[in-house]
Amino acid sequence: MSQRRFTPLRNGQAMPLARLEELDIDAFRDEILQSVKEGQRLACLCATPDLRVFAVLAEDQGDRLWVGQTRLQEPCFPSITPQCPQAHLFEREMAEQFGIVPAGHPWLKPVRYHRSWGTRDAWGRTEAPVPGVTDFFQVGGDEVHEVSVGPVHAGVIEPGHFRFQCHGETVFHLEIALGYQHRGIERALIGGPHPLSLKHAETASGDSTIAHAWAYCRNLEGLAGVTVPPRSEWVRGVALELERAANHTGDLGAMAGDVGFLPTSSYCGRIRGDWLNLSAAVCGSRLGRDWLKPGGLRQDLEPELARELSPRLAQAWYDTNDALELLWGASSVLNRFEAAGLLDPEQARDIGLVGVAARACGIRRDSRVDHPFGPYGEHPVTISLAERGRVLSRGWVRWKELQESRRFLAEALDALADLPVDAKPAPLPALMPDALCISLVEGWRGEVLHLAITDGKGCFARYKIVDPSFHNWFGLALALRGEQISDFPLINKSFNLSYCGHDL
Amino acid sequence: MIQIMLSRWRQGHRTLPYPKELPPLPPRLRGLPRVGKGACPPDCRGCAEACPTQAIEAGPEGPRFDLGRCLFCLDCTGICPKGALHFSPDHRLATRTREDLLLKGDEELRHAEALEGEPLSIFRDSLKLRVVSAGGCNGCEVDTNVLGTLAWDLGRFGIQFVASPRHADGMLLCGPVTANMELAVRKTYDAIPDPKLVIAIGACAISGGPYRHQEEQLGGTSSVVPVDLFVPGCPPHPLTILDGLLRLQDKVRD
Repeated sequence: MSQRRFTPLRNGQAMPLARLEELDIDAFRDEILQSVKEGQRLACLCATPDLRVFAVLAEDQGDRLWVGQTRLQEPCFPSITPQCPQAHLFEREMAEQFGIVPAGHPWLKPVRYHRSWGTRDAWGRTEAPVPGVTDFFQVGGDEVHEVSVGPVHAGVIEPGHFRFQCHGETVFHLEIALGYQHRGIERALIGGPHPLSLKHAETASGDSTIAHAWAYCRNLEGLAGVTVPPRSEWVRGVALELERAANHTGDLGAMAGDVGFLPTSSYCGRIRGDWLNLSAAVCGSRLGRDWLKPGGLRQDLEPELARELSPRLAQAWYDTNDALELLWGASSVLNRFEAAGLLDPEQARDIGLVGVAARACGIRRDSRVDHPFGPYGEHPVTISLAERGRVLSRGWVRWKELQESRRFLAEALDALADLPVDAKPAPLPALMPDALCISLVEGWRGEVLHLAITDGKGCFARYKIVDPSFHNWFGLALALRGEQISDFPLINKSFNLSYCGHDL
Repeated sequence: MIQIMLSRWRQGHRTLPYPKELPPLPPRLRGLPRVGKGACPPDCRGCAEACPTQAIEAGPEGPRFDLGRCLFCLDCTGICPKGALHFSPDHRLATRTREDLLLKGDEELRHAEALEGEPLSIFRDSLKLRVVSAGGCNGCEVDTNVLGTLAWDLGRFGIQFVASPRHADGMLLCGPVTANMELAVRKTYDAIPDPKLVIAIGACAISGGPYRHQEEQLGGTSSVVPVDLFVPGCPPHPLTILDGLLRLQDKVRD
């Protein structure tokens, strides 16, 4: 492209809002459409109460983010979804939060079923709609039937409503309606940082506590101009990789369980706990609560503790490896994994898929590699890829990533055993006023994006959280097309997306 | 097949011997908060002001905790000028009433009492629970799910999570009950045959937790249905949840 009108920014870097050119809506749209056409990715699109719209484009091969803004004269603009499907859920979100109508959106429906932040939403409603009541797509025909599931599911699972349009056993289309977990996190963050803000970040998706806490801390550090000492960055890396190892182990076990391969399923259920207990040994919480804080760490991983954890890491890895070698050696498992859950890589790219699910389609996309943060610049990880976009591919990517996490963890614990602890982080100075900061962290599901915009006093005028699940739920729906409905649990598990991370 | 058997031998039998023995807990586990009697300087309100969920009330005789609101974070301990406040490793936190969760830093917690009479005879050896996730962060759910793994083997106590409220003896609820889940919670409760139990897991389900000021949620289970067992934590350790369940069944006592 000859001349860019968006502004370049690095992951975690703060920038005064004044450096952003205020584009008119046509130029704003053109810039997004052109950049996506050239291979960039719409990582975030969001509005503010005063009808400004911000877009973040990720240039994954160039370690750069491009930020643009426009100010709408009226709460309406021509939808970009028809040409750029990655925008579909972001536009629906703006319609619900601020009543901004993306004219020409092909399926304009609520996202979370809450009351508008302003006076009315894009449908003219002033009160919250009834959750799950919307115009669902329907397939017609004599032998077509609909299967409706949820919000409460049959296991210990979060709530969501699923509509399958089926012909016999075959699923033509799956539509997913969420919002049941909506508890108002983004609205609560406005005016912050508040005493509860870090907790809200940590609980955006509880199984990704570290990823969200880290993204939040990095935004504050960027806006306050604070650098985190290298040792503390190492420890944060340990926290994130332990979170990844625990969840990947649990997911592979759950996938084994869904095809009836009980040995791996049983072992992994237990071993996942062993990984979580390593986190608990450092911070007292299996999910990593109160481990990180803005500026550094709330609880340190001291040299003695690092030495103590090394043999426990080796044992957890020995058990994980043993349980998973068994899985990959079972032809009945491979047969089932190989046959289910195909997601076309082209479609995956079009909808802006991220994380494990994207890498399983052969898409090179990992913010630890593309937009290195924390320790990953000096201590890089190798990106793990598979090609075919099936259940097997998503399992295989997890397995490769587990190996890589274990290598990183062993190296980090060795290094931490010889490095003296950093001083406790001082309280942060005031945040830069009228500024913007974007932080990407590669959680175990994929890219966690936090966008902070401050007002003239350095408080959050807007805080946007994009959990990887927000991009990926639509990928699950696409992966169900043409599959047997009885394979839904397995395919769903191979994505294992977050409801609360989507609903916020 | 031989590989499966070899792996079985390598992985071994690792179901925890609890309740005969206490499993090893992380030394930094944050359990019951404690403050020594007379340890607080007069008029000090440091911990109460630092608490992000207003779970601490300062008084002339030291702070009073509301374990139902407590996130077991470190905001209060870090601020105490005397270092008098700490979280003990005591994992036993479950109570039968909301009032029992209010206590001073040197008071004993009144642990959950067993069911009595007919409910005890019905549920002692077979307790089927329908789990409803109603807001929150999925943290309590994952640490409840853990109880079903072979490490904890919940089934040996006759407790099982079931797929229909019609098959259930009670509801185990996580999350603050979002406005969007209120109807589903009520319908689930109504669909469970009498007599039935309700178990609230975690700070959200007891008091709204970190979301208690948000109008998108209702402030916990009690705002919708009566609760029989409260299990504090954010999230509670699996052992804290199991301790509460087994106390109900009269299988763990002090």
